[in-house]
Amino acid sequence: MPEFWINMGPQHPMTHGLWNMKVKVDGETITDAKPEIGYLHRGYEKIMEVREFQKNVVLTDRLCYVSSITWSHAYCLAVEKMMGIETPERGQWIRVIALELQRVASHLMWLASYGPDLGLLTGLLWCLRERELFLDLIQLMSGARMNQNYPRVGGVRNDLPENFEAMCKRSIEHFLEKVKNEYPQIFQESKVFRMRTEGVGTISAADAINWGVTGPNLRACGVNVDLRRLDPYETYEEIDFEPQVWHDGGAGDSYARFECRFNELNESCKIILQALEKMPKTGPYRVKPPRRAEGEGYAKTEDSRGEALFFVIGDGDDRPYRVKIRSPVFCTMAATPQLLRGNKLADVVSILGSVDVCVGEMDK
Amino acid sequence: MSAVAQPVPEVTGRPVPLIEKEVLGSLKAAFGSKLTDGKVLRPRHLAVSIDRKDLIPVCTYLKNTLGFEHLSCVTAVDWKDHFDSIYHIENYYNGCMVQVTALIPYDDPKIASVTGLWRAANFHEREAWDLMGVEYEGHPNLERILLPTDFKFHPLRKDFAQEVDRQYITRRKLRGGT
Amino acid sequence: MSAPLVPNLFAVCKVLVAAILSIVQQLIYASSGPIPPLRGLGDFVGSDPIVSIVTWLIVVTVVVLWVTVINLFTVMWVERKLYSRLQDRYGIMISIWSLPFWPFNRVHRPTHKGLGYLQNLADGVKLIQKENITPRNADSAMFHISPVLIASSTLMVFAVLPWSSGFYVANLDLGVLFMLAAFSLAPLGIMIAGYAANNKYTLVGGFRAGAMLLSYSIPMVLAVIALVVSTGTLDPVKIVQQQDRPIVLGGTALPIPAWNVFGPQVLGFLVFTVSMIAEMERVPFDIPEAEAELVEGWTTEYSGMRFGIVFAFKWLRMLAASALIAILYLGGWGGPVFATLSVGGIPVPIVPEEVWFVLRVYLLSAFFVWLSWSVPRVRIDQILNIGWKRLIPYSLLAILVAAAFRVIG
Repeated sequence: MPEFWINMGPQHPMTHGLWNMKVKVDGETITDAKPEIGYLHRGYEKIMEVREFQKNVVLTDRLCYVSSITWSHAYCLAVEKMMGIETPERGQWIRVIALELQRVASHLMWLASYGPDLGLLTGLLWCLRERELFLDLIQLMSGARMNQNYPRVGGVRNDLPENFEAMCKRSIEHFLEKVKNEYPQIFQESKVFRMRTEGVGTISAADAINWGVTGPNLRACGVNVDLRRLDPYETYEEIDFEPQVWHDGGAGDSYARFECRFNELNESCKIILQALEKMPKTGPYRVKPPRRAEGEGYAKTEDSRGEALFFVIGDGDDRPYRVKIRSPVFCTMAATPQLLRGNKLADVVSILGSVDVCVGEMDK
Repeated sequence: MSAVAQPVPEVTGRPVPLIEKEVLGSLKAAFGSKLTDGKVLRPRHLAVSIDRKDLIPVCTYLKNTLGFEHLSCVTAVDWKDHFDSIYHIENYYNGCMVQVTALIPYDDPKIASVTGLWRAANFHEREAWDLMGVEYEGHPNLERILLPTDFKFHPLRKDFAQEVDRQYITRRKLRGGT
Repeated sequence: MSAPLVPNLFAVCKVLVAAILSIVQQLIYASSGPIPPLRGLGDFVGSDPIVSIVTWLIVVTVVVLWVTVINLFTVMWVERKLYSRLQDRYGIMISIWSLPFWPFNRVHRPTHKGLGYLQNLADGVKLIQKENITPRNADSAMFHISPVLIASSTLMVFAVLPWSSGFYVANLDLGVLFMLAAFSLAPLGIMIAGYAANNKYTLVGGFRAGAMLLSYSIPMVLAVIALVVSTGTLDPVKIVQQQDRPIVLGGTALPIPAWNVFGPQVLGFLVFTVSMIAEMERVPFDIPEAEAELVEGWTTEYSGMRFGIVFAFKWLRMLAASALIAILYLGGWGGPVFATLSVGGIPVPIVPEEVWFVLRVYLLSAFFVWLSWSVPRVRIDQILNIGWKRLIPYSLLAILVAAAFRVIG
């Protein structure tokens, strides 16, 4: 049978979001792949030149709608670097808590979609049940579950409510017990799950760095790079946590990516609990930024999917001159032909699921 | 299959303090006059400006000698009288980030492609070509990535009308009236 | 040993049909006064061939209704409720309290909070009223024939499957062979469906299904051969009767019945169960219908009740597989009778054989459901690996073990 191209997408249960993956198969083995993106292109960089600095936060929330605080925070950080202002300390700690809550919610959403990709539909419901806890916390903190419009240039929108700390500790305690006892039973300890994910989609560390892969995907290849440690922002220097790097030889396969992302759930909860203790109990959480600004600033943050970089150029007006959004999924998508080549057609879901695609940030 | 010559040594994952001054010093020592502007902006962040013909030597020096192995981002900026192609290159060993700005004249928007050094530039340069119209010579597959393949304009340029300007075009005006 | 509720389905139905037809005959005789030729019709109606034919029809109808209406709905309900509870949610809830007429539509009762037994009927009605779309370039004849193939081959299994020592349509001497053969006809229908729909996804799904089902038929049959070495017969009723005695261990009779799974057939039991999970196309072996990659696999292009037929017969195959395993390895319908009532001179056992059999079938189905919804699916080449490289050697080993035990004693 000759080789033919199969279109996985744009409408497909596996592709979470709207993009097309053309794979060339020879029987059941993949010989080539070509991702086609741009179905969700909304023209962000052009739109953001028209609105004032603060009003762009509404837009950056919707870049990756699953983890919106991280993107708005990266933008606010870039604008602050450009203006030369700095958030007060309590504001920074609140930002850290918000970021880590959002990271846990985003990873749980990834886990909830990775299970059904492989046939494990129970994973969907269990993970979404836990995600509700964190969405409730985010709602308590900022007023909305999704697209919260919470970070501000110069701080955050509002302070934490009084009962936040108690509710946070209760939710995290319940969640950590689930992560330790229930989830490994259907994921890590399941022989079929390991059969599906071990050894597929391998990429070496050198190739990964060359292709621009970052985040948990890179740590799964054995490279000890976490932007919260390598280039610390906010108050991450004062927090004791450990970047989850895959240690047993640079495997770089789907199981390593899964394990690195899964273990980050634990670490993020640790960070939240530490931040709740270490933050100053009172203090300002916001400064007023200047209206017009000139210069250029960039901010690199560790998003749930990798390195999110915002580059903002201002020319003295009250709106940016140029905004550049660097999305981690965009770069990982370029590496997918190499990830997919040589594997079977049934592994496409396993590999692309472990890479954690969010089309909103990829297509801008 | 890999384009990298040497394997990746152990990465400690922590930044090295005051490394940006050393990097700037060695860049100035290697290229001297070709750098039109080199300064340290913030801790672990320095910026250099070059002309477009020096891009490949500078990038090769950064990657092979100084160990800047991660190309974060390729940006194209339209300054109405010239273009800028800005490269953000990061070093995983010491946490330093170099911002290389290459000047491109407005009527000849071509510059060499760095896909031979960092394959990450592949998609970024395609996006810059798609949205801004800056052509990267030597790119293996320079075609539109985010917009449809038969789209005729480069929307991010300053002479492509903004949404607020385009909204108030009445049908009468489109037909050629006032 | 338990007693059957229906000692001989054919005889019971014959009595009933003879009674009804004799009433009809008397009616015809009574009204044939003015029209003499009707007497001949009366003779014809009451005669033996007509009674036999009508009895056969009634027997087949009773068994088909028993299988597809009562058992299918119950096993679908068990599955959907069980996996919903595994997933920490309520599950299907449309029951008689959702019906829109009196006395079920009382105002203050919530409509969607019942037990959920009628949900499957509601889904069936929904599927019936949908449009049956045929793709334009599909091979129309084959596209329409393949659901019929799958359905009819599965119903043939139930033609020979005994539900107790008297409740069956027909009992062949080669009953188990016939059931396995009818079970294995479905891959043909599946491959035809995958090919005829003119769609790359269904093609891949159909080929995967063909490869998997054919390669798992071999260990299935080999395990049954291991069983036949010790039972010596392929008659399902006789196989169950052989399992009715207690186990004799070194001279003492234990209170455990000698089910085949407790003896040297345990390896065959495991091989047969795993092959059956693959034949039923359940997770972890449901790669032909892999939702995430191939949309719906080989059933992608079917809509409306054609999809309903294909989907329902997946459950019926699960019923047939559980019933086969229960008969061959788990003692069929054996179990104690707790009491026997006497209704008008006819002894009615309180816990008849049918109940024990149906209990086994549902417990096995519940186990399969539990397994399906707890593990991911296995990749096709890994499935074929397991089938050829692991199950076939184990089944050959089972045959050797069975033969050894037969020789020794």
